[in-house]
Amino acid sequence: MTKLREFPIKGKYGKYGGKYIPETLVPAINELEEAYEKIKNDSDFKKELDYYLQNYAGRPTPLFLAKNLTDYVGGAKIFLKREDLLHGGAHKTNNCLGQCLLAKRMGKKRIIAETGAGQHGVGTAMAAAVLGLKAEIYMGSTDIERQKLNLFRMELLGAKVHSVDSGTKTLKDAINEALRDWITNVKDTYYLIGSVVGPHPYPMIVRDFQSVIGEEIKYQIKNFTKTSPHALICCVGGGSNAMGTFFPFLDEKNVSLYGVEAGGLGVRTGKHSATLKEGSEGILHGMRTYLLQDEFGQINDTHSISAGLDYPGVGPQHVQLKDMERAEYVTCNDNEALDAFFKLSKLEGIIAALESCHAVSYAMKLARKMKKDENIIVTLSGRGDKDIDQVMKHRKKYIGR
Amino acid sequence: MSYLQNNRIEKTFFQLKAKKQKGLICYIMGGYPNPIACESIISSIVDGGADIIEIGIPFSDPIADGPVIQEASFRALQKGVTPQICLNLIRKTRKRYPDLPIVIMTYSNILQKNGFKQFMEMAKEVGADGFILPDMTIDESKKYLEYSKNLELASIFLVAPNTSNLRIKKTLAVSTGFVYVVSVFGTTGMRNSFNKFTLTAIKNIKQLSSNKKNISVGFGISTPHHVKLMSNYGADAVIVGSAIIKKIDGNKDGSIIEIQNNLRNYVKSLKAACTN
Repeated sequence: MTKLREFPIKGKYGKYGGKYIPETLVPAINELEEAYEKIKNDSDFKKELDYYLQNYAGRPTPLFLAKNLTDYVGGAKIFLKREDLLHGGAHKTNNCLGQCLLAKRMGKKRIIAETGAGQHGVGTAMAAAVLGLKAEIYMGSTDIERQKLNLFRMELLGAKVHSVDSGTKTLKDAINEALRDWITNVKDTYYLIGSVVGPHPYPMIVRDFQSVIGEEIKYQIKNFTKTSPHALICCVGGGSNAMGTFFPFLDEKNVSLYGVEAGGLGVRTGKHSATLKEGSEGILHGMRTYLLQDEFGQINDTHSISAGLDYPGVGPQHVQLKDMERAEYVTCNDNEALDAFFKLSKLEGIIAALESCHAVSYAMKLARKMKKDENIIVTLSGRGDKDIDQVMKHRKKYIGR
Repeated sequence: MSYLQNNRIEKTFFQLKAKKQKGLICYIMGGYPNPIACESIISSIVDGGADIIEIGIPFSDPIADGPVIQEASFRALQKGVTPQICLNLIRKTRKRYPDLPIVIMTYSNILQKNGFKQFMEMAKEVGADGFILPDMTIDESKKYLEYSKNLELASIFLVAPNTSNLRIKKTLAVSTGFVYVVSVFGTTGMRNSFNKFTLTAIKNIKQLSSNKKNISVGFGISTPHHVKLMSNYGADAVIVGSAIIKKIDGNKDGSIIEIQNNLRNYVKSLKAACTN
């Protein structure tokens, strides 16, 4: 039987993935694929990337036993993989450093990227700055309004930010606009996609650069227990922190994998971003995957309290894992995520990103049903400073309780 | 010869060549500016001399399109234009013009949502002659090509200025009706001028096709001068899209008769550049 870690095969994860792109991008995508295959096992490249991951970004990130949270829930042990402590404040930096180094090897000087909440934009701007590249970031005007601080951070880091006014003025439109820029400036420009989405080889490249999360978990858990983790839990928007966490464990069938999507105001209201749970097969942004779409194939508006999960598509490998029932995909509503945000802050002194709090919330539910000698690892994909404004609106409900 | 030898597109190109004319392909967004006006607009474009009509089905995320067609898609969708409304428009246009080649331009997801086969069957049934899907690559096209062949629909692929010769040959082999040569690096929309690589690309593709395929050039073309330029470079036809939408937008406050007259005259001026 084919091992799950062998995918993509010919650019596909089962029937998902592939390359659905305008012809002008085909040479660029092929060039990227060739360049990546060449450096993938190149020891000099690996050394250089490791150097930046350790000395610049602060890897490895700790694996922390959340004892207070575990006691509070009263079930399986809950460990937190602290990607929130990574430079830049989220796991995005892993991918940005990897791809910027790749772009440099390819001789590309101009980097473009899309961003929703702004985390990937900030990661790109940082990596580009430290590696001497020029970065231009596309961001929907609605998102700019919601995340003004990140706009300023990107500008501070020397990036140029383009406000996108087309369509719904959010992440998917920022991706559209970045793709249009790439079509126009394909010769000298590198498109740095921020999640495990887009045409092949992007879902593979981003997954590989994020797999450092799962690889570290593999040896770090041994400091606590002799067994493998029983469950891994991650939030899923496009799904990059989840793929990076899951990938090293894909063929270890005794490790359960859970992806938590944004249930927004509740999946029944239609205001959510639960693509795997509620979506259907479609083609967008260069890939065959699951999409939130209407009966005619038009892409739906999505909703989540966390801008980072607000995307109507999802990485194609996640769809394969869902179809094969290797991973289970569940949802967590805005309110549940907020609740987890406040609990984690008070119990562990960690202000985590609202995205990551979706995973924390589900971990609390699952831990309750599990035995005390079992263990769960939650990837805390980012820190929550960026969400403070958003959360303040709800503080009366939680603080002083 | 291909399975499309009795197809309206191939026939049209055959007749154009006999008359030593270049073809004029005009794009209109289906249901734009509204479903009823769109019907009259198509008539004025055909009356003006368009040889082939391209009907766009609006999609929420048109990545290959520039601002003009993006905006038209967005507004068409806001007005409730559905793929079915566009297919109905094709049915009506087909009734009025039994010999007019009509191709659908849209994105893969519109077909995918219904199932490629089912959607293509519906298109065939209303009288469409083929598809242009700017996000469909030859690499992903196995089933699409199979259905196109079975339904005798043209599968029109795009070739870009940076497409390798090997890939151009592969694309020529699977394209039917015509091959769509993208004239520029970028999205759809009007350009003031064209670079030398456009000329080189057209000549190159023409040569690789050994004159066996119809070469149509699009993206950025808006004036009779552009039409002449592309014809001189060896194009068998030119495709005009954003410029037509722009003419409709520019006449927003005018009556539909005014829009029709303007468009008819505009298309006439383009067609005149195809004929001498």
